[in-house]
Amino acid sequence: MQVRLEPQGKQLTIAGRRRVGDLLQSLGILAGTVMVIRGDELLTDDEFVADTDEIELRAVISGGAA
Amino acid sequence: MKCKRCREKAIVQLRSHNTAFCKPCFVFFFQRSVERAIEREHMFEKHERILVAVSGGKDSLALWDALVDLGYDTEGLYLGLGIGAYSRASEAKARAFADRRGLRLTVVPLDETEDGLGIPTVAAATRRPPCSACGTFKRHHFDRAAFEGGFPVLATGHNLDDEAARLMGNVLHWQLPYLAKQRPVLTPTHPKFVRKVRPLFRTSELESATYAFLRGIEYVVEECPNSHGATQLVYKELLNKLEHQMPGSKLAFVTDFLSRGLPLFQSAPDGGLGECERCGMPAAGELCGYCRLVAEVGRRRTQAVAHS
Repeated sequence: MQVRLEPQGKQLTIAGRRRVGDLLQSLGILAGTVMVIRGDELLTDDEFVADTDEIELRAVISGGAA
Repeated sequence: MKCKRCREKAIVQLRSHNTAFCKPCFVFFFQRSVERAIEREHMFEKHERILVAVSGGKDSLALWDALVDLGYDTEGLYLGLGIGAYSRASEAKARAFADRRGLRLTVVPLDETEDGLGIPTVAAATRRPPCSACGTFKRHHFDRAAFEGGFPVLATGHNLDDEAARLMGNVLHWQLPYLAKQRPVLTPTHPKFVRKVRPLFRTSELESATYAFLRGIEYVVEECPNSHGATQLVYKELLNKLEHQMPGSKLAFVTDFLSRGLPLFQSAPDGGLGECERCGMPAAGELCGYCRLVAEVGRRRTQAVAHS
């Protein structure tokens, strides 16, 4: 699957079907600190993402205001 | 995972509340949380005009969206800080949000005000951290716009994570005057100040980001380029680790402080506040903090010219 990390703009390729919670853990990301977005839907930790999926992991933390 | 409210498929899990929601139930939950915070803390009433300070980020735009949906009378205020492409992108998001909903937004570009000073200029001239100057400039221009616009209330998008990080910083350094003022409603201490409120003080960043996403709000996802290494982000990361192990810690930290800690740090009244000789806004001395900073920039520039 293709995983895009935002706002870093980093792109990763990860092989195999995985549970969202396991995907986050493997990337060292704490649940609740990102939104897991597939297309126009949000995914919870217990859902599975397929090898062919394109996922965005969008951080929710903010530290500045324009 | 099922929605705790309607048993449909959940799209967001909120560990801090030990719950999960589908889209319609989450939007209901979010807006109800905002409304409850407003009512319980006596922030404002439906008949009052609310000035909402927006940054183009998720929190302030989610707040504005929720306030409009809840039937409050709002206008937006965007302060252009002059931080290059980041500020331009942020302004575009704020403008697009307002235009799409037919809302009134006032844009104040710092570069074009009478002092003509953006944040990078001030930071470079004074050699202070940009965040320090940014806070001073925001407070001044927000206060001034609210007063001059005749608004009784200024609402900002500070969320639970902001409040918890700020509380941690204040406790680590025992900042007693700041602890005494850390509350979701600040009542005015001078006729030129307006009530300042933080309706998202119990709402996490995950909740405001989720709300913004589900409501189709386009916001600036990028961090402020000046925030890298900012102390507040260090506190937030620590608190997120704690939250991961002990869900609900951030909410308890802030709400327990407000109910049990805050009364111990009674604020000394801002007695004797006069008016700034330069701008006329409230000031403890001859000049307000903003005008002192502007004057310092002028001095530094003069010194730099003299040395060159």
